[in-house]
Amino acid sequence: MSLPQIEIQLVATVVAVACALPGTFLVLRRMGMMSDAISHAILLGIVVGVFIVGTLHSPLLIVAAALTGLLTAALVETINSTGQVKEDAAIGLVFPVLFSIGVILIAKFAGDMHLDTDAVLLGELAFAPFNRLTAFGLDFGPRALWTMGGVLVLNALFLALFYKELKLATFDPGLAASLGFRPRVLHYALMGLVSLTAVSAFDAVGSILVVALMVGPPMTAYLLSDRLEWMISLSAAFGVLNAIAGYWGAHLLDVSIAGTMATTTGLVFGLVLLGAPERGLIAQWRRTRRQKWQFAVKMLAIHLRQHENTPEAARECQVDHLQEHLNWDGPFAERVVERAVSRGSVRRENGHLRLTDEGREVAQEAATQT
Amino acid sequence: MPDADPALTVRDLTVAYNEEPVLWDIDWTVPAGTLTGIVGPNGAGKTTLLQAILGIETPAAGQVRIFGQSYEAARDRVGYVPQRGSVDWDFPTDALDVVLMGLYGRLGWIRRPGAEEKEEAHAALEQVGMADYADRQISQLSGGQQQRVFLARALVQEADLYFMDEPLQGVDATTERALFDLLRTLQQRDCTVVAVHHDLQTVPEYFDRVLLLNVRRIASGPVEEVFTEENLRRTYGGRVGFLRKNESPISDSASAPNRKEESRA
Ligand SMILES: Nc1ncnc2c1ncn2[C@@H]1O[C@H](COP(=O)(O)OP(=O)(O)OP(=O)(O)O)[C@@H](O)[C@H]1O
Ligand SMILES: [Mg+2]
Repeated sequence: MSLPQIEIQLVATVVAVACALPGTFLVLRRMGMMSDAISHAILLGIVVGVFIVGTLHSPLLIVAAALTGLLTAALVETINSTGQVKEDAAIGLVFPVLFSIGVILIAKFAGDMHLDTDAVLLGELAFAPFNRLTAFGLDFGPRALWTMGGVLVLNALFLALFYKELKLATFDPGLAASLGFRPRVLHYALMGLVSLTAVSAFDAVGSILVVALMVGPPMTAYLLSDRLEWMISLSAAFGVLNAIAGYWGAHLLDVSIAGTMATTTGLVFGLVLLGAPERGLIAQWRRTRRQKWQFAVKMLAIHLRQHENTPEAARECQVDHLQEHLNWDGPFAERVVERAVSRGSVRRENGHLRLTDEGREVAQEAATQT
Repeated sequence: MPDADPALTVRDLTVAYNEEPVLWDIDWTVPAGTLTGIVGPNGAGKTTLLQAILGIETPAAGQVRIFGQSYEAARDRVGYVPQRGSVDWDFPTDALDVVLMGLYGRLGWIRRPGAEEKEEAHAALEQVGMADYADRQISQLSGGQQQRVFLARALVQEADLYFMDEPLQGVDATTERALFDLLRTLQQRDCTVVAVHHDLQTVPEYFDRVLLLNVRRIASGPVEEVFTEENLRRTYGGRVGFLRKNESPISDSASAPNRKEESRA
């Protein structure tokens, strides 16, 4: 691996983790769309910032953009509190407006400025190693690594300090407010961090990837975690995985890095959604299937039990007869009986089905349950 | 310790959502050491009343005093059990952790709960019969078990005044009795308990005092004085079948007016 290759992966990794941290709380608050809104709306802040300070390279731009992020959050909350529209609809109303004002301003007044919409949407990670931080005649590596490293540290610090407060305000804002933990202040602090992360990241990776990285890894982690600590760590881990895998995908296919990272994020989420041990679709499907069989075996046991030691037992307790009585088709009835036999609930005795003691218990239990 | 001041005084309280008053000019006093029920139809503003008292909603007008102090000053003496449906039970956490949240107020900002707090939380879970479920993911608890976890969380707060929003909602008859006994125990420890309650039939048995609420305060005071058919009719809009004491109860459903509870859940 060449040095620029390592540097690109480092930047991607740092961006991914920096996004995953606040993203976890966005997802838990069911505000994933907010990352979309903020990462677009900040364009307006950047443009206005450029008008004021006259250059694209000023820390003031970050402040201006972060303020637009907060403005977005405030507008969404205002519209939301009218009770006329749902939160996601409010988000959908606010950010296209702010984003298009930004786009119009660029088109009208900043045609000559280096701020094309392609770069805004997709960024260009591949160029990260060319923009370097130098001081005292020394080369300190890619500038993006330093900005994003700073953002990562800030996010991690915020989470570490206010972990318990964020957890409470997310799970039960009512209790948080009644205990004096100011959930609204925490909400805006979180939105501020989301904005700051989005602005800093979008220079390197563009706004689409910011959204993918803030929402994808936490959603993936959510499917696999029972504990918040776990979910945060897993989000970060998936972020790193997506970053590295995305980089090598782009390298192999010779396409945009941001694009493959976003695609990988989607793929990984899809795989986990299918395969997660508890909440995955396959696990759910198998659970339903198992329940279906268990239910069928219970029905069989109850049926046999009802006719045990009765005159018609000889007729009722045959596989063929089950079709008629329980409305099962032949092959299905045969498979249920096989299952019941292999579980030791039923015995076959020259063509007849007999309950074992265990089977009687199953029937008994099922009967008392209903 | 008996307080000279009432546990709670509410004066001229009005709360509005979007200019629409949902609570109108409420005057209400809860003497210390009592067990008070709040009843009223769905949408009457019961939850809103508790939230306004606890500073979660900002009132349009009015005053709230807790043991003669402002809520901010008396915060440490107040415990809160929200309506069970108000939180996301799919949140990645376990029962013990939810109970620990009751201690966050005492810990203050930044400090995290330690071994001592965990022990307290365990003890509270034990009190509500949930010790075996301490590390169960909360979505895997039944509705009644979730309700008990919420109660345990209130218990660790060791408050003097408790506000509970339908603490007995969704629990079976045996559990209801056990939980109610717990409220009585609290009262015997000189705590004051205010609970929103939906089952009119058990009101006289469970509570000393009652507030009948439907946007306005219809009546409040000792159960035997204000829990009358006339007052109930005014609260529920004349659709309640309820007989006076000593007659057999016939009311089957008291919360008839607009059952939005189901659709919300
Ligand atoms: N955040 C909100 N925004 C707008 N209106 C609200 C809000 N919360 C509650 N309301 C309205 O205020 C009224 C009172 O609601 P509240 O939840 O206090 O009723 P409640 O008596 O607790 O009902 P329930 O028995 O269903 O719990 C209702 O009409 C409700 O629609
Ligand atoms: Mg309510």
